[in-house]
Amino acid sequence: MEDFWAGVLWAIRIWLYLILSLIMIPAMFGFSLGISETYMTILVKTLEWAALNIQKANAEDVKVRAAASNGLIQREDGSMEKELEELRRSRPKPPVGGDFTLSDCFYFTRRGIESIVDDEVTQRFTSEELVSWNLLTRTHNDFQYISLKLTLVYGLGIFVRYCILAPLRITLACIGLTWLVIGTSAVGFLPNCRVKFWLSEWVHVMCYRICARGLSATIHYHNRENRPKKGGICVANHTSPIDIVILCNDGCYAMVGQIHGGLMGIVQRAMVRSCPHVWFERSEMKDRHLVTKRLKDHVNDKTKLPILIFPEGTCINNTSVMMFKKGSFEIGATIYPVAIKYDPKFGDAFWNSSKYSMVSYLLRMMTSWALVCNVWYLPAMHQEEGEDAVQFANRVKSAIAHQGGLVDLQWDGGLKRAKVKDSFKEQQQKKYSSMVVGDDSSSNSD
Amino acid sequence: MGSSSSSLNNVPDGQQLMQETGFSAAHLLRLYERFKFLDKDNRGHLRSEDFEAVPELSENPIGDRIVGAFFLPGQETVDFSSFVRVLAHFRPTEKNRTRAGAQPEPANSRNRKLKFAFRLYDRDRDGKISRTELLQVLREMLGMQVTEEQLQSIADRAIQEADLDKDDAISFDEFRKSLEKVNIDHKMSIRFLE
Repeated sequence: MEDFWAGVLWAIRIWLYLILSLIMIPAMFGFSLGISETYMTILVKTLEWAALNIQKANAEDVKVRAAASNGLIQREDGSMEKELEELRRSRPKPPVGGDFTLSDCFYFTRRGIESIVDDEVTQRFTSEELVSWNLLTRTHNDFQYISLKLTLVYGLGIFVRYCILAPLRITLACIGLTWLVIGTSAVGFLPNCRVKFWLSEWVHVMCYRICARGLSATIHYHNRENRPKKGGICVANHTSPIDIVILCNDGCYAMVGQIHGGLMGIVQRAMVRSCPHVWFERSEMKDRHLVTKRLKDHVNDKTKLPILIFPEGTCINNTSVMMFKKGSFEIGATIYPVAIKYDPKFGDAFWNSSKYSMVSYLLRMMTSWALVCNVWYLPAMHQEEGEDAVQFANRVKSAIAHQGGLVDLQWDGGLKRAKVKDSFKEQQQKKYSSMVVGDDSSSNSD
Repeated sequence: MGSSSSSLNNVPDGQQLMQETGFSAAHLLRLYERFKFLDKDNRGHLRSEDFEAVPELSENPIGDRIVGAFFLPGQETVDFSSFVRVLAHFRPTEKNRTRAGAQPEPANSRNRKLKFAFRLYDRDRDGKISRTELLQVLREMLGMQVTEEQLQSIADRAIQEADLDKDDAISFDEFRKSLEKVNIDHKMSIRFLE
C-alpha cells in the first residue's frame, strides 16, 4: 500500500519537473522548444484529413451547410423609401389625405417575416457554425457514422484532449495564476523605481505566457509597430475573458473593471500592488463622471501603462463587431485599435455567459484542440475636428471590423440581455410618417 | 451529417410539411433549426416572448401584429407545423405550376398572400376591414408622429378609394381589386438562398 502511494508521489514529481522544464521555463523566458509547433502541425494535418473524409462521404450536405452558414435568405437592402415608392408606383399621388396605400403594410410585413426567419443580431450571441466538423463532440449536432478511421481518430482525440491535455493545461493555469498573485505581491513591496516597473512587467508577461501555454494558444501578432504606447487607450473587440491573456502576452496593459469578490478579487488586488490598474467598486461604476475622471487621470499620467478597454461591453461570438460604447472615446486620449480574430476550427473561444459559467467555460477551453488567433495592431486614431464621440467610436469600430474580417453591426451588444428600446420603433414610425404625410407631420420632439 | 432524408427524420411531420408547403428538405431543415434556436427554453413550441427576443422584429411598427399571425385564434403557442405553414405564404410564387382542380391552392399563391395581408388588417376576421381596424393599423405604423385629425383624414381617403360598395369597410374583394396592379409576388416573398 505504501509503495503505491510512494509510486504515485514519485510520478507526480516527475510530471511536475517535466512541465517545469519543458513548458514553464521556456514560457518564462520567452523562447520555445518547438513542442507546441509540432503539436499544431499534427493537429492541422489531422483536421484537414478529417474534413476531406467527411466531404467525400457527404458531398451534398456539406454544400448545404456551407451555403446556409452565410444566411438563409436573401435580404433586400432597399431602403423604406425605395420600397414604398415601388409599391405605390401603380397609383397617382392623392392631393389630400396623406399618401397611404393598403400595400404599405407589405413592406413591414416582409421585413418582419425576414427577421423571424433570419436576423443579424441574435445569431451573434451563440457560437459560430463551422463549415466542416472539427472532431469535437460539441460542434457536431447529429452524429452520423462515416468511416471507421474517422471514428477512431475522433475517439483518440477525446482521449488525448481529456486525459492528457486537460490535466496538463489545468496544472499550468493554476501555476500561472498562483505565480501571478505571489509575484505581483512580492514586487509590490519594492519602492517605486525603474527596477520595480521592469520587474512588474516581467512578472505579468511571464504569468500570461504560462496561462497562454495553459490553453495551447498560438497567437500571431501583426503590425507590431503599432503597439499601444503609454498614455493611450487600447480598444479591441470582445469575445471572451481570454482576450486579456492574448493581448497581455505581447505587452503590458492597465486593466479597467469592477472589483469582484472571491478568487478574481484576490488576483485583482494582487495585480494592483505592482502596477496601477483601474479597479472600481460596484457603486462607483454607475457614476459616469467619476469613471471618466479616473480614466482621464490615468491616461494623463505618462508613466502609466496604456488602458485596455472592450467598448462592446459584452462578449460577442467573433463573427461581428457590435456597437462601441462611447465612454472611452470621450476621454480625448489616443486610441490604439486592436482586432482579434480566433480560428474556430481549433476551438470555439466565445463565452456564452448565459449558457456556461466561467469555470465550465474555462474547462471547455482546456478540452478543445487549441486556441489559434490573429491579433492585428491598427495605427493610432485620434478624435477629429467636428467629430463627436459616437462618430469616432463608429470609425474605430469599422476599422477593427474591416481588419478582422468581421461584420460591422450598429446594434448594441446589450441586446443580449435587454430588449430593444422603444426609440427604435419610433424611428421607424417617424420615417414612415414622413412618407405618408410629408414634412407637416406633428412629430413630438424626442 | 447524413443524407438529407435521414436528417429530415428529426423534423416532426417532415415529409408531410414538405408536400403541403413546397419547401425543399434543406430549407425545411434550416427552418427547423431556426425554430429550435428561437425556442430558447426547449419547450417544443414558441410563445410570443420568444418572438420578441428578435431585436429587428421589436423595432418593426407592426411587429406585434405579424407575431399574432402565427398564433391560431385562442392559442398561446406555435408549434413547428404552424410556424412553417405561415412562412409558406412567403415562398416565391411558381410561375408555371398548373394544378389539377382538386388540389388545394398552394400557400404562396397570389390570392393566399393577399389573404394573409388582409388578415393583418382584419383582426376580428369578419371578412371586412372596418374603419376602426384601419385606424388601429395606421396608429401602429405611424405612432405618435401624426395627430388624430391627420389619422382620420388618411383613413377616410383610403376607404373612399377602395370601398366600391360604399359600406364604409373594405372587403377582401375590394382589397384585392385595389392592389391588382401591385407585384405581390415580389413584395410579399422571401427569397431563400439555394
